[in-house]
Amino acid sequence: MSSPIISFQNFGFQYTAQAEPTLYEINLDIYPGERVLVAGSSGSGKSTVASCINGLIPFAYPGQSTGKLLVDGKEVKESSIFEMSRSVGTVLQDTDGQFIGLTVGEDIAFALENECVDQEQMKLTVDEVSRLVDIDHHLQHAPHELSGGQKQRVSLAGVMVDEVKVLLFDEPLANLDPAAGKNTIELIEKVQERTKAAVIIIEHRLEDVLWRSVDRIVLMHEGRIVADQRPEELLCSALLTEHGIREPLYLTALKYAGVTVTPEMSPAHVDSLKLTDEQKGMVRTWYQSGKEGKMQSGKAEPLLQVEHLTFGYQQGKNTLEDIDFTIYKGEMISIVGRNGAGKSTLAKLICGFELPVSGRILLEGRDLLNDTIRERAEKIGYVMQNPNQMISKPMIWDEVELALLKMGMTEEERKERVEETLKICGLYPFRKWPVSALSYGQKKRVTIASILVCRPQILILDEPTAGQDYFHYTEIMEFLVELNRQGYTILMVTHDMHLMLEYTPRAIVFSEGKLLADTSAAHVLNSPSLVEKANLKETSLYTLSVSCGVEDPQAFTERFIGYERKEAR
Amino acid sequence: MAKVAIMSYIRRKSLVHELTGTTKLVFFLLWSVAAMVTYDTRVLLCMLAGSFVIFKISKVRFREVRFVLGLAAVFLLMNNLFVYLFSPEYGVGLYRSRTVLLTVAGPYTVTLEQLFYHFNMTMKVVCVVPVALLFIACTDPSEFAASLASIGVSYRIGYSVSLALRYIPDVQRDFTNISQAQQARGIELSGKDKFWTRIKNSAAILLPLVLSSLNRIETVSNAMELRGFGKKNKRTWYVQRKFQKKDWIAMGLAVAIIALDLLITFRDGSRYYNPFL
Amino acid sequence: MKKLSVKSVVAIGIGAALFFVLGKISIPTPVPNTYISLQYAVQAVFAMLFGPIAGLLIGLVGHTLIDATNYGPWWSWIIASGMAGLIIGIITMKLDMSEGLDGKKLIRFNVAQVIAHLVSWGFIAPCLDILIYAEPLEKLFMQGLVAGISNMLTTGVVGTLLLIAYSKTLVKKGSLNKE
Repeated sequence: MSSPIISFQNFGFQYTAQAEPTLYEINLDIYPGERVLVAGSSGSGKSTVASCINGLIPFAYPGQSTGKLLVDGKEVKESSIFEMSRSVGTVLQDTDGQFIGLTVGEDIAFALENECVDQEQMKLTVDEVSRLVDIDHHLQHAPHELSGGQKQRVSLAGVMVDEVKVLLFDEPLANLDPAAGKNTIELIEKVQERTKAAVIIIEHRLEDVLWRSVDRIVLMHEGRIVADQRPEELLCSALLTEHGIREPLYLTALKYAGVTVTPEMSPAHVDSLKLTDEQKGMVRTWYQSGKEGKMQSGKAEPLLQVEHLTFGYQQGKNTLEDIDFTIYKGEMISIVGRNGAGKSTLAKLICGFELPVSGRILLEGRDLLNDTIRERAEKIGYVMQNPNQMISKPMIWDEVELALLKMGMTEEERKERVEETLKICGLYPFRKWPVSALSYGQKKRVTIASILVCRPQILILDEPTAGQDYFHYTEIMEFLVELNRQGYTILMVTHDMHLMLEYTPRAIVFSEGKLLADTSAAHVLNSPSLVEKANLKETSLYTLSVSCGVEDPQAFTERFIGYERKEAR
Repeated sequence: MAKVAIMSYIRRKSLVHELTGTTKLVFFLLWSVAAMVTYDTRVLLCMLAGSFVIFKISKVRFREVRFVLGLAAVFLLMNNLFVYLFSPEYGVGLYRSRTVLLTVAGPYTVTLEQLFYHFNMTMKVVCVVPVALLFIACTDPSEFAASLASIGVSYRIGYSVSLALRYIPDVQRDFTNISQAQQARGIELSGKDKFWTRIKNSAAILLPLVLSSLNRIETVSNAMELRGFGKKNKRTWYVQRKFQKKDWIAMGLAVAIIALDLLITFRDGSRYYNPFL
Repeated sequence: MKKLSVKSVVAIGIGAALFFVLGKISIPTPVPNTYISLQYAVQAVFAMLFGPIAGLLIGLVGHTLIDATNYGPWWSWIIASGMAGLIIGIITMKLDMSEGLDGKKLIRFNVAQVIAHLVSWGFIAPCLDILIYAEPLEKLFMQGLVAGISNMLTTGVVGTLLLIAYSKTLVKKGSLNKE
């Protein structure tokens, strides 16, 4: 066997600013050409491992390390970030942050420019690499003309020009819609086959990464490696779930059905999964034993009606075209579709940030057209995706109180309202804290609290769980479910399929500015044509049900969700 | 919030477009200096004529720059008004002559000298405007950094200009999103609020904007270091045109203009051309 | 001169982008041709965090971009914008923000910004204008004074609020208890 390209030997690390080490006794060898997935929940240290490999630690983030770390035969401590960048190419999570050039071509060439490669050679390399990642028709494009998936291709091309030996991906799927995520994983495989580089993917979205095979999964928890196994083996154990990583849905379904998953079944992909007839029978029996009745469809009274809504930022180019739908009181509903399909624009129109070219938006039968942003905000609350862009006061109390200051209440009334809201949001114990002391999930709650304080009838949330691990995802979503139970109507803009499936009975699907479907979430994901058009991804439950001979995949999905809700929580 | 209309690069084929960024930058800078130095009416008129010729060559259409020219006109008008209000006799002192055309009220009279002074002062700005506009309209922003570097500015500074251009749309978008969300909570910059409230409101909008910008600085500088920025004392540029004969001619022309400018302006020992004496 | 760090390069770029975007949304004051310019508050904060060279270049680059996309550059004011950042950067250079903010540092920041805007708009800009455009003194100093005072007030209020808020985001974790 050849020698490892990366070798952690009893390695530990502590950031200068922190009281406790972030990594303990890491022992990990990665060999040339291997494909390794490093999984773990937030705070498990997986991102710190990535920073150690690419040299950001210790060169950009100072701290104390113990043990040894060799990358490409060199001790990292004695190297430099520039030397490291020749061996390791990193694709960061934030594609907008990594896209430095004014155009695609320049960005791909960035590393070559720094190496003083001459222009002609540079053009040749850029052409070649851009063809490989299929972005060669966009070399003149500026970053804001590209989709998230395309930006990621550019990032990948930009690190490939260096002929690195290790390709490191830090949460590559976090900001992508499902289909783009799938393409990314396929692309990573293709690139690896070409370059023979070792590939390290840091992700918590296990099932999505496993769309293509990996050699090993390294599972991290609280700064330690708790498992380093072939996926077939790891998937059969309970380690993943125990450490806050969501196992693939089809495996969860198998477990519910009482099937014991073994490495021999090749459980890493739903397509390669080998089930005996007996096991298939078990799945069918489980399915039939508790078919869910149709989800509650007792239509309540309409709350928000959108009628023939059309809007465009530029004349003659409609971002939204002739949109029609109704939202009923007490619903929890998803708006899905690919990046740029018009979902966020719709939210902005409902909130009055933009005004429609034609069409109407009615709340309880009343046209909102002449209401100001402020007036609408008292009935419709909008929560931005990134809490850091919303929070404008350093202290939690002030932040939540902010919107009330304009409502002509007495101090006493305000105090009462803020306290009540903080209690609903589980933030009461933190009421005197500065916002900066909170975790991301808690900050999200603060932003929701700062909107709820106005007592709106509808909450619109833009990507409420983006970038969150399973634990925080569940935490945020359960909180929203609780709010929904208390009577708030909740509208979520998302491209997270799990979220849609698990939490919202109904989904509205957008594609290229048009409303494509308005139906049950399970139906959306069990309809191949919808999935295709809206850049979504069918769930593995669909595939599993088909291979087990279940006649109605949609009902199977509904059974799964129902079972989870009732029994598994 | 309405999108701000701004001047930007217009991709097209013309002699001006084909010059290297460096040439255009040098030309533009020398031209600005020439206009700043002189107060000689003859030189200014020649430069104005020259700037129209260049504008013609560039194939940029008038309507594409109309909006910006409007802004410039308003700005100049205000400026002239102020100068006159403060010093209605300034031209008289400058040209040591006084030819009253009409009396407005009190100290405010209109003299030929004052008008001539206003004319010259305005001309100094007007003859630069087309060249400045063309510099923006005909230079691929991707070439800025390389151009700055090639006239001796450190490539690090050159690249920071490039980064500014790269992130303006992102900052703009963040700003719009943040201020819309804040508007929903009653925090506005414009509108009926008192001046003082608006200033405080602006801090509430700026805080998230500044904090997210600080985060972005962190990410971008990491990304740049990971890709070897700053490793060497120089760097090459993917977007940089090769110098051609026409570039040398244009640069030579710029040098000739400034030499002539100095010669004609200062030959008689005064910066001003004075037809009154 | 020491080479600019990569972080400073990026701070200049993004600082200038902020300067530009904020410069485009200026809020008018009762005095014509003069605006409440939020960009100077942000420039001052960046100058304090990233140093005098960053302050200088954010002003130069940002202001040039504003002018160039408006009506052509007015160099004297561009230079004054840069100098404001430079002076604030120099006076606040020794302050370490990572150890939190206290009254003394805030006073230093405000002294710096007052001096900077006084020098830039009360002296540098008008002097350059006299040199270049030979405009009447009274007009220039009046204009400079209005701009200087308005920038001082904006930076004093908004800049100070920003710094206080920023320093609160630096609170160390673990030092807080629920009640």
